[in-house]
Amino acid sequence: MSGPVLVFVERAGGEPDRLSLEALAFAAPLGKALGVEVEAVLVGPGSADAAARLGGRGVARAHVIADARLDAYAPAGYAAALGAVVDARCPSAVVAPGSDRGTEVLAHLAARTGQPMAANVVSVEPDESWRIVRQRWAGSLLEDATLDAPVRLMTVAAHVVEAPDAVAGPAPEVVAHAVDLTVADLVVRVTGQEAPESGRISLTDAKVVIGGGRGVGSGEHFAVLEELASLIGAAVGGSRVATSLGWRPHSDQIGQTGLRIAPDLYIACGISGAIQHIVGCKAAKRILAVNTDPDSPIMAVADYAVIGDLHQVLPAITAEVRRRRG
Amino acid sequence: MNILVCVKRVPATGGRIVLTPDGQEIDSRYLGFTISPHEECGVEEAVRIVEAHGGSSAVLTLGPAAAEEQLRDAMAIGIDRAVLLETDGREYDPIATATAITAVIRDQEAAHGPFDLVVFGNEAADTGDFQVGIRVAIALGRPVVNGVKGIMLGDGSVTARREAPGGGWETYALPLPAVLGVKEGLNLPRYPSVPGRLRAKRKEVERVAPAWSQTGPVKVGLRVPEQQGAQVEILGRGSDAAPAVVDLLERIGALGR
Repeated sequence: MSGPVLVFVERAGGEPDRLSLEALAFAAPLGKALGVEVEAVLVGPGSADAAARLGGRGVARAHVIADARLDAYAPAGYAAALGAVVDARCPSAVVAPGSDRGTEVLAHLAARTGQPMAANVVSVEPDESWRIVRQRWAGSLLEDATLDAPVRLMTVAAHVVEAPDAVAGPAPEVVAHAVDLTVADLVVRVTGQEAPESGRISLTDAKVVIGGGRGVGSGEHFAVLEELASLIGAAVGGSRVATSLGWRPHSDQIGQTGLRIAPDLYIACGISGAIQHIVGCKAAKRILAVNTDPDSPIMAVADYAVIGDLHQVLPAITAEVRRRRG
Repeated sequence: MNILVCVKRVPATGGRIVLTPDGQEIDSRYLGFTISPHEECGVEEAVRIVEAHGGSSAVLTLGPAAAEEQLRDAMAIGIDRAVLLETDGREYDPIATATAITAVIRDQEAAHGPFDLVVFGNEAADTGDFQVGIRVAIALGRPVVNGVKGIMLGDGSVTARREAPGGGWETYALPLPAVLGVKEGLNLPRYPSVPGRLRAKRKEVERVAPAWSQTGPVKVGLRVPEQQGAQVEILGRGSDAAPAVVDLLERIGALGR
């Protein structure tokens, strides 16, 4: 008799966040293959409310740890909380979203229990030995591997599994848990916060993202990208070249060492398309490349292209948007 | 302030990755090698901290004999000494890597005194396991935080800054000794100078034979993912393409208002 599949669920604005919903979508077929239920684990303030919003997502039970000592995120403390549910439920697997925190908490749990952990898994087949496929090089390469342990620990690669819309269904049964926390579990915790710049659309939330690379030429020249972006409510990002040269802050980098984005449309301007950049933008529904070179590698992943100099093309697009709006 | 930076030697991939015929690794015959990008920033930060606060810095890697190149690169920009956990061609999984690094840190501290700070990259560029630094920290019983893009040293403590989920920043205060997993963007690493390279060339690299074990995940092989075979549609050339682009924006509902 094998135990359930536990999914660590994070929240954004009181709701389960996108990567957590992807992790639940990843866990559903795994639970089915094992003939076990999928159960969620939520830690921290607002967990019970978010748990109640998991109806219609195939979650049988939601385990909630709302300990006041975990009001501020604490990686080791959160891992202790997740570990308390693991002890109570003896799961077959624990799945976490491939976010900064999801990965960090699961790595802590793995280290505390001496178990192996596979990061950025894209698929799993639970056989006698569990066969997994996971990302290397942020997804430029795939690794076929086996993962065997009493409890298999996996994070799910971002934007590989689509989170379907919730179907009508009852909210999961909510089970509250208590956790023993040591002083060491709470030493590292969030002690200060700085809000994001107000009015800025985040690169991971924007429907349209405009990215600039070497072809932009300078930090000042990003103005043509910014102008179109502010007109259509898009976010502006850059390639590693653009952030390494200081044209954009590093937090705007799209790629292996920066952000993975998944907008409806990504407009790549003056970006040749090194694999390190492609892995950051390939989850976009559509890619439009604006480039002077029709043979640049970005064309291999682009759905649409404009062959030309972005310094002429983008102002022309901006003017056309204004003209149509009258 | 004594700092240890743990780095990894990885191939400098560019436009396309080619695998060896057995699918076990990247065909690196025509590639250069580099320090994994997050750790390059870790090396730079260690040099800056010692420049500002005094003390000494060391760099460590677990890798093949050829990884001496990356240790010398680190010493060329100012790291004081280097330790190579020399492997024999076998791949070390995250638990084996962390176990070997933990053991050598204990030996190094017995010989040279404790490290106030041990710095890892958030994840290695190639294997992307996201866990070795955390495993080492827990084995050593030291506080650890990942994703660090800003470091401020205080008296007996360090404040680490990282991007918060959903935007903005969050800070963590850790008592020393501590372990940090850093990310690119922490700083802009300098290029080594010619005198720096010459100095690094003359320095000793301490060699240690690490123990090997295998817990998992166990690699079966590597594959290059199939590209979504989209045929690119050329919307036009130069500014003449603007109407077609705006048509596209309209079609996907991105024109808003």
